[in-house]
Amino acid sequence: MLYIPGNNPAMIQQAGVYGCDAVLLDLEDAVALNQKDAARILVRNMLQTVNFYETEVCVRVNNFHTPFGLADLEEIVPLQPDNIRFPKTETVADVKEFMKEVRRIEKDYGIKNPTMSIHVMIETAKGVANVYDIAASDSRIDAITIGGQDLTADMGIIKTPDGVGIDYARKRIVMAGKANGLDVLDTIFADVNDDEGLREETEYIKKIGFAGKALINPRQVDIVHEVFNPTENEVRKAYRVYSEFIKNKKAGIGVFAIDGKMIDAPVVQRAITVLEYAKIDLKEIEKNAG
Amino acid sequence: MKNAIGVEIPEYIEGLGKLEPFQGVWSSIIEDEVPVTNISRTLKAKKPHASKLCKNLEEAIKKCKPFDGMTLTCHHHLRGGDGVLMQTIKILDEMGIKDITLASSSLTSAHDGLVSYLEKGMITRIFTSGIRGALGDAISVGKLKYPAVIHSHGGRVRDFLTGRIKPDLSVLAASAADEEGNATGAHGPSAFGSMGYADIDARYSRNVIIVTDNLVDYPCIPSTIRQHFIDYVVKVDSIGDATKIASGTTRITNSPMDLRIARIAATVIEHSGLFKNGMSFQVGAGGASLAVAKFLREDMKRKEIIGSFMIGGVTSYGVDMLNEGLFHSIFDVQSFDAAVSTSVLNNPNHIEISCDQYANPNNCGSMTNKLDVVVLGALEVDVDFNVNVITGASGEIRGASGGHSDTASGANLTVVVCPAFRGRLPIVKDRVHTVVTPGESVDVIVTERGVCVNPSKPNLAAALKKAGLKVVDIRDLKEEVECMTGVPAEKQLGDKIVALVEYRDGTIIDVIYNVENLS
Repeated sequence: MLYIPGNNPAMIQQAGVYGCDAVLLDLEDAVALNQKDAARILVRNMLQTVNFYETEVCVRVNNFHTPFGLADLEEIVPLQPDNIRFPKTETVADVKEFMKEVRRIEKDYGIKNPTMSIHVMIETAKGVANVYDIAASDSRIDAITIGGQDLTADMGIIKTPDGVGIDYARKRIVMAGKANGLDVLDTIFADVNDDEGLREETEYIKKIGFAGKALINPRQVDIVHEVFNPTENEVRKAYRVYSEFIKNKKAGIGVFAIDGKMIDAPVVQRAITVLEYAKIDLKEIEKNAG
Repeated sequence: MKNAIGVEIPEYIEGLGKLEPFQGVWSSIIEDEVPVTNISRTLKAKKPHASKLCKNLEEAIKKCKPFDGMTLTCHHHLRGGDGVLMQTIKILDEMGIKDITLASSSLTSAHDGLVSYLEKGMITRIFTSGIRGALGDAISVGKLKYPAVIHSHGGRVRDFLTGRIKPDLSVLAASAADEEGNATGAHGPSAFGSMGYADIDARYSRNVIIVTDNLVDYPCIPSTIRQHFIDYVVKVDSIGDATKIASGTTRITNSPMDLRIARIAATVIEHSGLFKNGMSFQVGAGGASLAVAKFLREDMKRKEIIGSFMIGGVTSYGVDMLNEGLFHSIFDVQSFDAAVSTSVLNNPNHIEISCDQYANPNNCGSMTNKLDVVVLGALEVDVDFNVNVITGASGEIRGASGGHSDTASGANLTVVVCPAFRGRLPIVKDRVHTVVTPGESVDVIVTERGVCVNPSKPNLAAALKKAGLKVVDIRDLKEEVECMTGVPAEKQLGDKIVALVEYRDGTIIDVIYNVENLS
């Protein structure tokens, strides 16, 4: 997910061409206090005019404890971007207050079947402590994300390249997200010139269960995709596992072996995930296996 | 009379003579002997042991007996750092020489000072492959007496060999030379690499002066320019500033947009059917086009592809790819980076070639005809895939034909990379302001918003679609971009022709009219 400052029309206009899965039009930290109004109007207008192609569009509004949060919702919710992000979520009450306003605005505008999902962002120690309950607090939440910069500031530490200070938070947030069936997204990598550092951090967060990463420069897109996208070898193996699974299933066999290794339901599920990442049509495999 | 792309071409222009309209990319190319006039080299003689060394450039020029109406040629290997052409013009002016035809292989920002010589009528004709900066502005508003002729690199050679350009004096900078005029650009304090453009001047000019700031013991090794073509040799304090060879356009870009376009272009190449062992490749200078090399390098490593050769303007990035074994060789007509000179000097697989071998359409060994893939830039493209690399948004002359049309005509795959819009200006037009490379020789235009494939290549379009690339009709892309940018007003141009764009075969592909209000 690529962060785009909400007060930069040129960057918003180009946001959809970089090949990232999602863009986040930011009305919060990227926008100076004296430009909040202008950014809100700009994002509102650009949501209606810019072609973002296949890229999912998320808008990060300001927190309700600022004078801008509610005004942001009033402008953005009627346009129903793919998602809206609520920053610095600390408690279930925060979510409820936020969702109450979202639903009120949707009702005011006659939006009966809202398509917009909610991302909650955990950026304080209190938020980390409450994250399981937050993740489960509303059915429209479909992703949860960690804000590393604010979290380290809240903890009074400096974010180091090894990420040790936020490691517990990362793992706790992943567990909370997974427990509630949510996508879990990692924080930004701030040094846009350190490709290797970005690659290492992305490999790490993939290992511990994150589904994606926030980016601050389009030059970071390919590296993150390279890490998350399955390799040709992984796809080949997953294709074989799923194909054999279909054949065995028809024969009423639940557990089988490939090259001497046991293949059971979790292995099949992982294979399906790889194939989905690789955008391979499962039905096509099922047809061929038949 | 109208040419093959519908441009009205005058039959005759005073000061330049009869013009032939462009008839198509390959219409004048026939096998074997070409039915054009061939100019033989000037025969020269010197008495035994006569010295060619002159005490200064002025003395050397005087010995060449300059005259009003003469043709002066130079090369542009030092690009923005050239210090020789302006010295030469100043001396000729002080000698009272007028009505000069200047035929430098290209003209850069180092030559802004020529404007005053145009204004006073000292220079009345210009033949070159590129005009930029203040000189471009001056010509655009009509300050040159006769229209400038902008040719391709290969076209320049052809113009020499057919007598379209008849050099009376060539003043050639060399970073090392000996007292007989054996010369190179490969070493010395001002090393600039290949002397590929200068080679043709040395061979065909009536008088040739080698100017160097590094006179070495005889013989100068290696010697691109050989002594039997050289009349005089001059040692000067400086031939220019080699550090200005590499401009911002010759380094890998950091721009996310250019990198995105380059990534798509590299993917186009990978799925073109030409991405295989033995592939030959050329990339132009500038933002996205040069960045393609970065991605191609990664793709070649990933797929274990070893190419045959790279050609053209060579950057240190190309040298790195040679050293990594990704290509067997480089054919170098121009080094875009002073650091490349070390490779020219030391690596036998880095082969210096003349512009004749590089791109002359009328020889039987032009390297551009052996080219598989070329990646080129554009200022504008149009719905017929025509490309403009010369005139800017206001109609001003600000670029170079260079090897654009030469390589496009010869390559199996010509990929043009450009953003869909720059600032508020759409790049895809109904008709480009100036056609330099005809759409007939362009296969793919790559933008960040889609890949446009020439309708003459349906199989290529299908292959790229299959590879998951977003292939779009160029007219649809134009419409989409215009929804964002609007349609710019027509440029306000005058009715005076200020430049002719010569296709590589010597025919006229387009004309450039004067700009009335250049802001």
